[in-house]
Amino acid sequence: MTATIERKSARQVSKVDRFLTLIRVFLVSLIVIGVLAFIAQQVAPDNPFARWRNPDAVGLTGDQFKGLLMSGLSQGAMYGLIALGYSMVYGVLGFINFAHGEVFMAGAMTGFIASDKFSESGMWESNFLLSLAIIIILAIMVSTLAAVLMERVAYRPLRDSPRLIPLITSIGVSFFIQNAVMGVFGPSTKSYPQLPQWLSKQRSILTFEIAGTKLLVLLVAAVSMGGLWYLVERTKTGKAMRAVAEDKEIAALMGINVNRTIVTTFAVGGAMAGIAGILWGLLFRSVTHMTGFLPGIKAFTAAVVGGIGNLPGAMVGGISLGSAESLAPLVILEPLGVPGVSQLKDAVAFTVLVLVLLFKPSGLFGEQLSAEDRA
Amino acid sequence: MSATMTSSTASSSGSVNRASVADQDWRKIGKWGGLCTLALVLVSLIGMPVGLDRRILIHPVLSLGYLSLLWIPLMLGFVVSKRVELEGVESPEPGGRDLVAGALTGLVGGVGMAVFMLALNTFNIRDPLVNWSPQLLELLNYGRGLGFGVAAWIVACCVLGLLGSAIHVVSADVRRVVSFSAFGLLAFAVLEGAISDLSEGFGLEFLTDSIYAKRGGVTIVWSIVLAVVIGGVSVLTKGRLKAAKANYSELEGPERKRASRILFVVVALLIVILPLFLGTIMNELLANVGLFLLLALGLNIVVGLAGILDLGYVAFFAVGGYTTAVLTSPDSPFFAPELHFGITLVIVVVFAGIVGLVIGAPVIRMRGDYLAIVTLGFGEIIRLLFMSDWLKPYFGGAQGITNVPGVDLGFITIKGTDPRSVFYLVLVFCALAIYISWRLQASRLGRAWMAIREDEKVAEAMGINTVNTKLLAFVVGAVLASFSGAILVAKVGSVFPNSFMILVSIIILVVVIVGGMGNIAGVLVGSFVLIGILGGPRQPGLLHEFQSFKLLIYGALLVFMMLQRPEGLVPSARRSQELHQEEFLQDVWFKGEEHEAEEHEAEEHEAASHEGSDA
Amino acid sequence: MSHLMEIRDLKITFGGLDALSGLNFHVDEGEIVSVIGPNGAGKTTFFNAITGLVDPTEGDILFDDESILGLEPHQVTGLGIARTFQNVRLFPNMTVLENIMVAQHCRTSQLVFGALLQTAAFKQEEREIEEHAKEVLAFFGSRLVGYRYDQPAFVLSYANRRRLEIARAMATQPRLMLLDEPVAGMNPMETAELTALIGRLRSEWGFTIVMIEHDMRVVRDVSDRVVVLDHGVPIAQGSYDEVSTNPDVVEAYLGRPAEDEA
Repeated sequence: MTATIERKSARQVSKVDRFLTLIRVFLVSLIVIGVLAFIAQQVAPDNPFARWRNPDAVGLTGDQFKGLLMSGLSQGAMYGLIALGYSMVYGVLGFINFAHGEVFMAGAMTGFIASDKFSESGMWESNFLLSLAIIIILAIMVSTLAAVLMERVAYRPLRDSPRLIPLITSIGVSFFIQNAVMGVFGPSTKSYPQLPQWLSKQRSILTFEIAGTKLLVLLVAAVSMGGLWYLVERTKTGKAMRAVAEDKEIAALMGINVNRTIVTTFAVGGAMAGIAGILWGLLFRSVTHMTGFLPGIKAFTAAVVGGIGNLPGAMVGGISLGSAESLAPLVILEPLGVPGVSQLKDAVAFTVLVLVLLFKPSGLFGEQLSAEDRA
Repeated sequence: MSATMTSSTASSSGSVNRASVADQDWRKIGKWGGLCTLALVLVSLIGMPVGLDRRILIHPVLSLGYLSLLWIPLMLGFVVSKRVELEGVESPEPGGRDLVAGALTGLVGGVGMAVFMLALNTFNIRDPLVNWSPQLLELLNYGRGLGFGVAAWIVACCVLGLLGSAIHVVSADVRRVVSFSAFGLLAFAVLEGAISDLSEGFGLEFLTDSIYAKRGGVTIVWSIVLAVVIGGVSVLTKGRLKAAKANYSELEGPERKRASRILFVVVALLIVILPLFLGTIMNELLANVGLFLLLALGLNIVVGLAGILDLGYVAFFAVGGYTTAVLTSPDSPFFAPELHFGITLVIVVVFAGIVGLVIGAPVIRMRGDYLAIVTLGFGEIIRLLFMSDWLKPYFGGAQGITNVPGVDLGFITIKGTDPRSVFYLVLVFCALAIYISWRLQASRLGRAWMAIREDEKVAEAMGINTVNTKLLAFVVGAVLASFSGAILVAKVGSVFPNSFMILVSIIILVVVIVGGMGNIAGVLVGSFVLIGILGGPRQPGLLHEFQSFKLLIYGALLVFMMLQRPEGLVPSARRSQELHQEEFLQDVWFKGEEHEAEEHEAEEHEAASHEGSDA
Repeated sequence: MSHLMEIRDLKITFGGLDALSGLNFHVDEGEIVSVIGPNGAGKTTFFNAITGLVDPTEGDILFDDESILGLEPHQVTGLGIARTFQNVRLFPNMTVLENIMVAQHCRTSQLVFGALLQTAAFKQEEREIEEHAKEVLAFFGSRLVGYRYDQPAFVLSYANRRRLEIARAMATQPRLMLLDEPVAGMNPMETAELTALIGRLRSEWGFTIVMIEHDMRVVRDVSDRVVVLDHGVPIAQGSYDEVSTNPDVVEAYLGRPAEDEA
């Protein structure tokens, strides 16, 4: 028995595998050294290890660190909300809806148009909460509609084709929506109106200084996530969704309307993206036709990090990715003496994706085998 | 999809014998008519009519702007009266009923457009909708007041819908002549730049001067003449082309070889000689087409043959470009050996191969869709790295590396100011890439790639080392892309990170898919049609007015192709030929086992007759 | 004498469910062995384990006295084990001839440069591949030759697809051939024809064959030995006559409630 196991390990290692191990070791040691150097700089900026790569390093103060963490968390919460849509669609149909970022953008854009009108009429200032509720509802409606239309027009006819075909189609859909929105609403950057002071001011919670907007983002994300969880785990619709994800044909035999369930999945994912769009608008106060592209890909990364098809995983993945993205440049790269680290934020997000797929392709909470892999 | 299918079959089976005009499928008309309205309004709001109005196709009457609207009712009229053909279900002859359906669909669209124009006249919501302008209204009503415009659109859409559905009704001969005239005329109008440039080269300006109006566009008189001439030619050549093709494919052995060789020489001569008569702009255009063709040929090996959806393909383009810039430019910030382009090229190949391996190794085992997104990430990482302050001392950051010299061949220096020379350089590499694709496709490696594309698991079980084989495809593709990058940099004389956006990957993907995946001829057609007419990510094509709508059209094309024609414009001959037979055989199979025996007899008979004809 | 292939105490578990447990099995050079059993008995899993598609939880698989455990599927094929699939899996958009030619991948070696430079070695190898492919196809009489060479596999009739799949396995030049339900879905005439062909695969080509089959006439006509699996456990083995009268086997096939049919 032992003999066979030894032979297995000896014979299976190919050159590609060896090279991959090398990459893994390299990346891990890079991260470890970076973090160690960061700790060294925090402890005593003058010790030789801290000064080894970056003699000018000053480290971070506690407040700075907490601030970064909070930004990361709130941004991550939005990634998480968008990631839910990727995850749900992947769970049910097994393909990556590349255009989901555009659904998010549609929500943000709707929010802008409505809030701009409210701001013109003065209602934004006089009755902020009502206008906020209205723009959230509008954004949810538009995003849901966009997602459902997408499914109806572009994906339904392709339901039985090989996995890559709908993916390529969704890339086309993504480009089309981006550029149609640019054509209709113009290429300029659009700014959300100023938020009322009482909302956006800094608040202190458990020693964490946090802007009220970020708090709102976290709160709304948590509520949406709770609602989604209830829908999927506790209602009949949710049960139907899970059944369809498991096996479409059997689900149909059990009397579940597969088409309707798939549309519901898209709709719910779209609604979540719509909420995320509004939050994005409130937090960053600017939106363009390209707003959906990068957050979309990053949200997909978040879904993969959490284990695609797993809903709490998507949220956790989003939050981890957001934090990593905001902390890693300063905690790992800066101590290593990389200049201009803030430019590398996006590169960090993609590196996280590569890392996860290198170490644990099924994600943090993903299941290992799909039915197809076993066959 | 299914809804329309069932409804149309239901209605057609209800009126198998005598399709009365009144017996319409109203739901279908409503649906497509509504779609027609939506499309018309969307196109208007995107700004195509106004933005494209500058480009005139037929002198005073038709501009590209109007065409961007007018094709919609025509197309939907065609679609609405199209029948779903089902084996065994007798569909009624196309007739008056279809014409009415087409006209009604157009009518719905026209009425929708009229309502839109009234709204345009009454409200002002230019704030979010940037194209909601009086200018648009002016254009839509042809500058003759709202009343005229409304009436004109209702009538025009109705007529166009009718014409669209008439395509099904008229005889095949008429269809052929009309479509030849229409597309021929359109080609003349679209290719105006190329044709007048070419005629200038041959000293035939007087001809094009009379064909085309001063402000552009074919004059009305010449439009009629051209349409008639092209239609006439199509009548005369009817069947000839097919016959010639059949003749060619019937040739055997040495004769066929000779015919192919003659064909090859003629085409090669044309390609080499024509640019001599073209001006700077057209040569520039050709050079761009060539650069993208080179990229597309590489991606075709990766996506089309091996089935690996690499969305970060632009990374290798960037690697080629930056390697060349660093090695040849005296302004390279860190290391400037100022090598000759030829030597650089060798290093570029090696380097692109290494980067291909480094990027490929971690991703090659992933499932296809994950691989797509991860490579997309890699493509973006590479651009971000080139752009970052971190690597600025080596690659110049956002300012890039400038002052890259052209290719010095001793007797001539190839550089961007002389696009013709660049075209010839690109041509050499394209020829090389075509040769590589062609040879590899018909080799052990090409077959292994195709097997992996078809069914990776089975390919592995049949003894193919899928990991290594896929990596090899990745590397070959990377090398071809790096050539293109190297030439681009030598042509432009500088390199910037923003020339290597993800967009480039996607556009090349569209080129490969529209042309036909895994098919060299398809990729050629795709590059010429898309890059030549619409243009590349930054490079204008013949219709440079499309600049701001290019990506929109690429996106729409991608969706359309995937839904309607996944095999591309030029499907590999094999597929289209056999499609019918497949259906036949499947039918036989479905009908049950007793037919199998019959089928065998038929098969054997067929085989015997084939042997007979061979002998 | 040592066996061509020997399997010792093979156990495969999927998430707590034993697909196979304690399977001992061997096949000698030149034998035709049939593996039978009700649906869900683990027969295909057994093939998947041999060809390296599934990693066993316990046990060992020896081929030619060497363990093939942990080898990649293509390495297993390289050692001389070829298989067909239960639900015919051809390369549908490749031609009939290409389907066979590609199966010789592990017996050939030309890479990029041979193809680009059209070296003599490359041309020689291509010629040999094509000749061998045609030789293999000729085994099936006139059904897959001549004009069929250049047809894509997807136009073939169902029976021809099955034949082509066997031909593809033959082309890998194996010593051991694993056939997964070779006659499934064929009519009696075709079944009889294919049964004869399986016999000829051994007598003319010298393959050793392990076959999963539900059609008992085929099993009776060609097998030297029959192994019966049920719930991942071998319950009987021996000649067809011995096995077919074994009470355990009869019970496995007839005496179980329908819920076991997975």
